Amino acid sequence: MTVQALAEALCLTPLCMPEPDREVEGGYIGDLLSWVMGNAQSGDAWITIMSNDNVVAVAVLTDVACVILSEGVTLDGRLRELAEKKGINVFSTELSSFAVGAKVAALL
Amino acid sequence: MAALTFHYDVDGQDFSSAGEASVAVKKKLRQLGFPSDVIRRCSIAMYEGEINMVIHANGGTADVLVEPEKITIILEDHGPGIPDVELAMKEGYSTSTEAIRTMGFGAGMGLPNMKRYTESLEIETEVGVGTKLTMVVKV
Ligand SMILES: Nc1ncnc2c1ncn2[C@@H]1O[C@H](COP(=O)(O)OP(=O)(O)OP(=O)(O)O)[C@@H](O)[C@H]1O
Ligand SMILES: [Mg+2]
Repeated sequence: MTVQALAEALCLTPLCMPEPDREVEGGYIGDLLSWVMGNAQSGDAWITIMSNDNVVAVAVLTDVACVILSEGVTLDGRLRELAEKKGINVFSTELSSFAVGAKVAALL
Repeated sequence: MAALTFHYDVDGQDFSSAGEASVAVKKKLRQLGFPSDVIRRCSIAMYEGEINMVIHANGGTADVLVEPEKITIILEDHGPGIPDVELAMKEGYSTSTEAIRTMGFGAGMGLPNMKRYTESLEIETEVGVGTKLTMVVKV
């Protein structure tokens, strides 16, 4: 399923979507960045409550399909621009990490 | 292909730009046509080392040597050194402050990740002098 289709199905708010056609192949939930770098797979939807420059870098390096900021977390304008420039899809949702993770799992 | 080398200065004061060298290396390796798995392992291992230099050692330098069969990453700093390398290598061991943890670091997984994603990780360190990490990823 593409990132765009996933976002529509789950009513995620797009913060930036430079690569709407990326395939989502799995998911990973985590806020500790080294843990994410050790375990997230390329093509995952990464669900986190962290929102800073390092999240964008980690998304680039792990090659995840998108970042889903849960629990109402968003990105400020500068970070949104950075993510856009680096080709990282970022969405926001009011749902908890658990709830959005369960929904992603049900769709894949 | 002759060996290509890249050099970066890693600023110890600027936490938000930490990782720029690793992201730049990732892009270069992609342009050079390396397999995506090799690129991913190299750039994550380098990022962990780069972040460690920023958090624990007030910055340093990164040198990357690209050869057809292997990529060598050398990270050198003049920080406090690591008193007990065996302990530092343990999953979950971290001396990171609360402020660092709120940014998402400090899980104590950086060095274990570097070991896991590279074919070899060599640590030369002396307390009060600094630390030099040499990592090799085979293509
Ligand atoms: N370049 C360095 N200079 C001095 N000490 C270091 C250096 N790199 C690592 N250390 C020490 O080794 C410990 C373990 O490092 P490691 O990267 O595994 O974990 P961390 O940086 O604390 O957390 P994480 O990497 O999960 O965000 C650090 O907490 C620090 O005490
Ligand atoms: Mg670390």
